[in-house]
Amino acid sequence: MSKRQITVAVSGLNNIDSPGPGIPVIRALKESELFDVRIIGLSYENLEPGLYMRDLVDKSYSIPLPSSGTASLLERLAYINNVEGIDVIIPNFDAELHSFIKLASQLKSDYGIATCLPTQEQFESRHKSVLYQFGVDNEVKVPYSKMIFSSAEIGSLKNEFTYPLVIKGKYYDASIAATPEQAVNYFNKISAKWGLPIIVQEFVSGNEVNVTAIGDGKGNCVGAVPMRKLYITDKGKAWAGVSLDDEKLIEITNRVIGNSKWKGGCELEFIKSNAGEYYLLEMNPRFPAWVYLAVGCGQNHPEALVKMALGEDVKPFENYDVGKLFIRYSFDQIVDLKDFEKISTIGEL
Amino acid sequence: MQINKNIAISDSGFIFNPSTGDSFSTNQVGMEIIRLLKENLSKEEVIAGVVSKFNVDEATVEKDLADFALMLNNFQLVINHE
Repeated sequence: MSKRQITVAVSGLNNIDSPGPGIPVIRALKESELFDVRIIGLSYENLEPGLYMRDLVDKSYSIPLPSSGTASLLERLAYINNVEGIDVIIPNFDAELHSFIKLASQLKSDYGIATCLPTQEQFESRHKSVLYQFGVDNEVKVPYSKMIFSSAEIGSLKNEFTYPLVIKGKYYDASIAATPEQAVNYFNKISAKWGLPIIVQEFVSGNEVNVTAIGDGKGNCVGAVPMRKLYITDKGKAWAGVSLDDEKLIEITNRVIGNSKWKGGCELEFIKSNAGEYYLLEMNPRFPAWVYLAVGCGQNHPEALVKMALGEDVKPFENYDVGKLFIRYSFDQIVDLKDFEKISTIGEL
Repeated sequence: MQINKNIAISDSGFIFNPSTGDSFSTNQVGMEIIRLLKENLSKEEVIAGVVSKFNVDEATVEKDLADFALMLNNFQLVINHE
């Protein structure tokens, strides 16, 4: 069977020690049995390693930061589309999703570019700041949390929390504080990097288990693969992990995706407490950087996402391989100065 | 004591718990104990099996089996582990 030729634009090319999901998503698409995919890389910084991975990324363009607003993003995407003829865009950064969700219908109607993204309401419903309510709505346990806007509020946390507790940034970063002094320290560090509010969350002791999943927006979980981190970097990122046989976790994932009618890729982060109970810590609104493990286990989630974006029916995956490991590695690319010059000056490579 | 049904153990003594992602390795004696436990044999039958296979006295096997059982429990490899 000959493969259909399509062009897919992908962001998140920062394949660094705290990697974005772009390169794993691209690897998955390059291995698609249905599509012959031309990849257009979308980058925010000129040193994103994926820009220079010519075997995976066919052409790259820099795009404006989310803080520039949706109008400048749309203008840039219109230009890129005019040159490349994009069929599907897969944004992979939390911080850019708001803009892409906002533009999704216009991208489709005016430029014929398809996406497979959650609605604005779905996107907002799983924010760390309102995750507790998300847990109530979707019948899944979530550690108690509250937002704070000033380090002066930390002193009064003892009325609602016991130490240790978790200090989290709005989008990224989390640290476990054993004392109020540590909490103030982490508050300052994280808020300086990611802004306010800061989320304070009850600490639950146990093992972290994560699920990469994809929903069709109609209440069906198209695929889900649970993983336990085997090696964690100092930034808390998985450097190695193994797929698990965990029916309870799959059942919870099906329930969350089903109840919320989630559309698109996502990552559910849980703590399995010592008593065997699952607590949802976060729901990330895009594929995780370890999504390629799902492909290795027999579920090509990015390929399924492209099919759904193109309006085609996707049958839910029924099984996956248990006991498959992913082990990340770092790799020094040698890049000609001319390539760096091109992306730095004309924003294309 | 019953070993979790889904625990995988290879010929080389590599044990994988697919529910937790934990892996371990054990020697020939550990492999034999797990094999006997998987057959749902009683403690006395497991001891007898190890004594006959490894030419060792019963008191030593009984003590080592108790230690090994504690380890299996701690590593969540048995049903209804504590």
